[in-house]
Amino acid sequence: MGEFKVHRVRFFDYMPSGIRCMAFNRKADRLALARLNGSVEIFNFSNNYFQEKVIPGSDSRSIEAICWVGCDRLFTAGLNGEVVEYDLERLCPKYTLDAFGGPIWTAACNSAETHFAFGCEDGSVKLFEILPDKIQFERNLDRQKGRILSLSWHKSGTLIAAGSLDVIRVFDVKSGHSVQRILVDRGPAGTRNKDCVVWNVAFLSDYTIVSGDSAGKVQLWDANKGTLIKTHLVSKWDVLSLSVSENEDSIVAGTSEGTVIQFQLLSPTIGDAETQWIRTRTFKHHTHDVRAVTETKTSVVSGGLDTQLVICPLMDKVEVKSSESVLRKVIFPHRSLVSCAKKPSLLLFQFPDQLELWRLGGTDTVGKPGESLPVTRKPEKLLQLKRKGDDHICCSTISECGHWIAYSTVSSIRLYQIQCDNNNISISKVSKLPKVLRSAHQLQFSADSSKLFVASEQATIHVISLSRSECKHVHTFKPKSGSSAPVHLLAASADGQWLTSANRHCEINVYNLKKLKHHCMVPVYNSLPSAMAIHPETNNLLMAHADQQVFEFSIVDKQYTDWSRKLQKEGLHRCRSKWHTPITHITFNPSAPSQVMLHDTHMFCIIDQSLPLVDLKAQFYSRLTPKDMSETDRPSKNNAFKMCKKYQPLLHVNLLEDDWLVVVERPLIDIHSQLPAPVRQKKFGT
Amino acid sequence: MAELYEGFTLCGLAAGQSRENSGILGIEPGRDADHVIVTGAGSTVTVYKVSDQKPLGSWAAKQGQAVTCPAVLHGQTGEYVAVHDRNVLRIWRDEDINFEKVFKATLSAAVSRIHALPSSEPLVLFQRGAVRQLDALLAAPQQAVEEVLSEEEVIRWSSCFLEAEQPLLLFSTEKSGECFLYLQKLNPDVLHKYNIGSEGKGVCPIGFTATLENKCITLLCLYSSGCVYKLLVSLHPSAEGEQHLPKSLLLKLPVSEGVLHRAAIASLEEGHIAIVGAPHSASTGDTDFLCIWNTNFQTLQASKKLAGGTYGQLWCNAGKLYVTHGKVLTVLPYRCEKSSLAAALGKLKQTSTQEVTSSPSVLNWNSFPHEEAALEQKTGMRTRNSKWNLKIQATLATSINQVLEDIKGVSREEVEEVLEPFLSCSPVSPQFQLGLADIAVELLKRCQADPGFYPQSVLARLTQTGRLSHSSCPGFLMLVLEKRDYFLAQLCLQHFPDIPEAVTCACLKAFLSVADADLVRVSVDLEGVSLMDGPGQSLEGVQNGFSPVLLEEDSCDVQLTSPKLDQSSSWTDVSLTCPVGLKKSALLNEIIQSSYSESFLLPHLKDLSAQQIILFLQYLQYLYVRSSGDVYTQLPGLRAPTITQITDWISLLLDAHFAVLVMAPEAKGLLAQLHRFVRSQVRLYSELGKIQGTLQELSKIKQAQEIGLYSIEVIELL
Repeated sequence: MGEFKVHRVRFFDYMPSGIRCMAFNRKADRLALARLNGSVEIFNFSNNYFQEKVIPGSDSRSIEAICWVGCDRLFTAGLNGEVVEYDLERLCPKYTLDAFGGPIWTAACNSAETHFAFGCEDGSVKLFEILPDKIQFERNLDRQKGRILSLSWHKSGTLIAAGSLDVIRVFDVKSGHSVQRILVDRGPAGTRNKDCVVWNVAFLSDYTIVSGDSAGKVQLWDANKGTLIKTHLVSKWDVLSLSVSENEDSIVAGTSEGTVIQFQLLSPTIGDAETQWIRTRTFKHHTHDVRAVTETKTSVVSGGLDTQLVICPLMDKVEVKSSESVLRKVIFPHRSLVSCAKKPSLLLFQFPDQLELWRLGGTDTVGKPGESLPVTRKPEKLLQLKRKGDDHICCSTISECGHWIAYSTVSSIRLYQIQCDNNNISISKVSKLPKVLRSAHQLQFSADSSKLFVASEQATIHVISLSRSECKHVHTFKPKSGSSAPVHLLAASADGQWLTSANRHCEINVYNLKKLKHHCMVPVYNSLPSAMAIHPETNNLLMAHADQQVFEFSIVDKQYTDWSRKLQKEGLHRCRSKWHTPITHITFNPSAPSQVMLHDTHMFCIIDQSLPLVDLKAQFYSRLTPKDMSETDRPSKNNAFKMCKKYQPLLHVNLLEDDWLVVVERPLIDIHSQLPAPVRQKKFGT
Repeated sequence: MAELYEGFTLCGLAAGQSRENSGILGIEPGRDADHVIVTGAGSTVTVYKVSDQKPLGSWAAKQGQAVTCPAVLHGQTGEYVAVHDRNVLRIWRDEDINFEKVFKATLSAAVSRIHALPSSEPLVLFQRGAVRQLDALLAAPQQAVEEVLSEEEVIRWSSCFLEAEQPLLLFSTEKSGECFLYLQKLNPDVLHKYNIGSEGKGVCPIGFTATLENKCITLLCLYSSGCVYKLLVSLHPSAEGEQHLPKSLLLKLPVSEGVLHRAAIASLEEGHIAIVGAPHSASTGDTDFLCIWNTNFQTLQASKKLAGGTYGQLWCNAGKLYVTHGKVLTVLPYRCEKSSLAAALGKLKQTSTQEVTSSPSVLNWNSFPHEEAALEQKTGMRTRNSKWNLKIQATLATSINQVLEDIKGVSREEVEEVLEPFLSCSPVSPQFQLGLADIAVELLKRCQADPGFYPQSVLARLTQTGRLSHSSCPGFLMLVLEKRDYFLAQLCLQHFPDIPEAVTCACLKAFLSVADADLVRVSVDLEGVSLMDGPGQSLEGVQNGFSPVLLEEDSCDVQLTSPKLDQSSSWTDVSLTCPVGLKKSALLNEIIQSSYSESFLLPHLKDLSAQQIILFLQYLQYLYVRSSGDVYTQLPGLRAPTITQITDWISLLLDAHFAVLVMAPEAKGLLAQLHRFVRSQVRLYSELGKIQGTLQELSKIKQAQEIGLYSIEVIELL
């Protein structure tokens, strides 16, 4: 093994959307993140920062503020004036509510989590009561001139600080009156005719208000007296985001320049009891506006217009050198947006608003490794399928034969049949879908393209049989555990007998399609599966988890295989552990089924299950000096692991027939080129 | 030439030593080159800082105990290791004060020596021939130690080396007049035994020294007969068992009376050895000398009389020799230069050794004797040629003698007649070369004796054979200069490979002082100046669009002079003309291209007059400006001076006559002009340096592959 012809594909112009706001839930250790296109993502920080849930966006929704209530209630508010609570099991909005105050710029929840305050365009602060299953309008605070751009509750729940244009007001919640009006000075001379926008306020429990404004200042105010304590000029442009740590000893501020600046409450001299806020660190991981920052126990999390989520560890807080102490940049989703029909060499690309079907090109020459072959047949875009409605596409798939395409939004599922003879391509929508199909979390065709599996609400899986004439609902599988967590992965065996599903409670269920009954459940591992596949010959289920572990489970024997145990003992390739992005795809080589291919964003590797893993131990553990360690990057021929890091970043890798590989790359430079120009560009020598 | 510098006393010798015993057990290197550990038999170990002549620390065994082997420094731990009473091992540090309280280990056998290695464990050599590494020994001090040597076999000398991280111990033993050599390798343990062989009755080795070079140990052995033998000990001997080591005589010291008793040898670098306690000349026979000999040329390089008599003890450490004599231990710094012929022509030539091969009597600098032999062999293979060759060989000797006879006392024309057939056949043989030289010398003698006799064409023919050299007919060139035969002088400069700097300088002087008018009728080879402009032709500053003026003006450096001044006196404004005539320049070019050694040339250059210097400097400047503009028009093969030769000469001239040039008012303008040009050149080169850096970076950049939206590649996963 070892030599492959590679289709190097760069024409998938996937463009992630910029990050607008985020909220960190300390109790659940999860980060909720809203993007400019209205989608909401939830990252599980205790599970290797895995992107656990994605709620697809909608054209009608624009999110300006996001808020957790308790462990599992998530609210957003946006410029359409609506407040949305999400159903985190069905992954769609639970209900929407108009606040009747025009566009909502900001939202804040009090520490007791009994009330919401929304800052509206019309200058009103609206209080909503949080009820177990909904929120209810309570009253308005005194309406002021100018839109309310930022809000923060005092810990006591009796005072609210509200940032507006040129002014910060403090409201008494009980009376609803403004008790303090703090004027914020405008920027330096020359910008005096421009309003100073108070983008952020934070009310500390010692009655200090921290503000960040469009003049680039982070200011500290005494809320009782209304006086300025300290000004830190941190940027020539706006301070767009502000976050206070849980124990109020650290503040981070994000600016338009792409910097994140940390302030810490320190005593200027050692042993001095008196403390003050001192600017300590500057992080520069972004090129564009940092629209959202938050601080966890061990790291500063920031996101902005350059679409990446940056988790930057605070090394003084990290106790052990572990996965926590690594700087992470999340740019691509932790799931595959590409599906591939192997036989006809088709690729289906999923965008939020459309699908693209491409046929790969070809060559009629052969070459030696390292060579680039002339492309005699160019790749072809066969189809561009725009979605209907406002809701964004959440999942899509193409059948192995290439004749069926299915996609789903939160509101509907669509199935298309494709006829492709030579140059003519015709597409027909399957109009009559069984009623049971309303929306899907994941779609999958069977290997022979005769069935469609739809992972739906309540962790159910509908089996639909497909034929030219009609589509019929065959069966609905339900998990034995009764879990209602959404299914995010489906895998069907090549012989059509088995179907496996993984849900967000880490459960992996195996169903027998012949007998139409639940076969077994794989022992629950405490990390979410990020990819899985069933071996075409042995029917062993291969699973990769968010914590980088790979297991093999024999469906027939209902137990982990010997190879899996050996792999657990030997550990994965040493280089594997250096990367921190989850494995998003597992597939097998049709020409040599013993070869398993896994990939993540930075590399793909092929593991030959027929080769001994014993070598690995000799290779990885007997090396004592770091000098020798580098040799493991170039392991010997008979090593079961073959890695390739040539192509980065990877969105998809698949093995086609006759030792062809398809690699879908999305160079970061292409993403950056589509972003607007940053306010400040690094010039050489400055 | 090796030198012995003025020595100084490191310490006095302990009182009570006898004539035989100096009281010093050994000197070992300390923690750096300036520190030594001196172990006295008086049971004291003292660490000295040599340059300060000061003891830094001293430890003494208590009364009744005797230190029996020189203390060494464990390079890795910084501890000192010594043995007293043959088998009690002591290890201590600088800060330990009381020798009695330091670490002590009693070994099961008597120790002969401890050898320290800079980056390895010290090796302990037991008296019965066993070898242990110190750490292994300390792990079990009472471990049984095997007996390697037979009864009555005594270790005389030992030394250790580190080859490829592997320690090696070499030691010699003696048993009833017979000498053996042992090579002990550790890890894995391998012991090789060699028989050195004896050198007649009553003659025994008295001193050893060994060096490791190119995986081979060179052992030098001084015998009591005064002979120094060289033995090569391979690190990877092929045969098993006891082997006989062949030895070659390096040096025979003139030992007049009987045998040497107390002498020592130390090998220094570059083929030099130091010997103490042996006479350096048969006439004196005085043994109280420290001598440095060159073993390649058997020459005495330096010697020093040691007052108070020697003990035959000599150590060498970090460029210094340590020798005991009289009542003191003296340190003598030395210096050895790489052997060269000049250095080998030292103070005294050894004549007694037969081993010296006689050097070829003809100095042929172009070809080596063995090359000629090979050439002869080659020709000998062709039967026809060989016959002819043999005939020539046979007749040559007679013909040369004949020719020499014939040219005596005959006129110029007759000489030409006689020599014509001889020169027309030019076989390749040393005899012929020798003959040519003899003829040239003969003619030279006649010319000197008879001022009217000057067979120019014959001399030119002789020179043009290319087989004459200055050393084979000294005085030839000087005669030519005397006769003002510039044509022949040029030929000599072209063909003589070994013109001394003094003669070169005399030529230069003659060429500079000759008037151009005198050269009109002289035919001179003008190949070297074919690309030069004739006299009076001015030089244009712009070549291929390059103008150094621009560079000077646009330079980003701070302008040192005001622009006004710069513009008015830019070097191109002064029309550069060749200051000398064409023929003169051809002659001067020969000088510039001749080989020389700076240090020998400088004193002779000083003989030139100020006028000559300025003229020559002007010419050099002209050449410099000319050739720096013409970098690309210089053709290979043409005998034109290279820019390096020109700049070398300029700096030589400036060096030699700095004071004169500073004082001479007419040189001022010239120097200023030269400076300006050099400055502009320096700027040019600094700009070129920048370009070079950029280009280097550019070539380093891996050609970024242009990858389109789609490509097909072949990869191999490894």
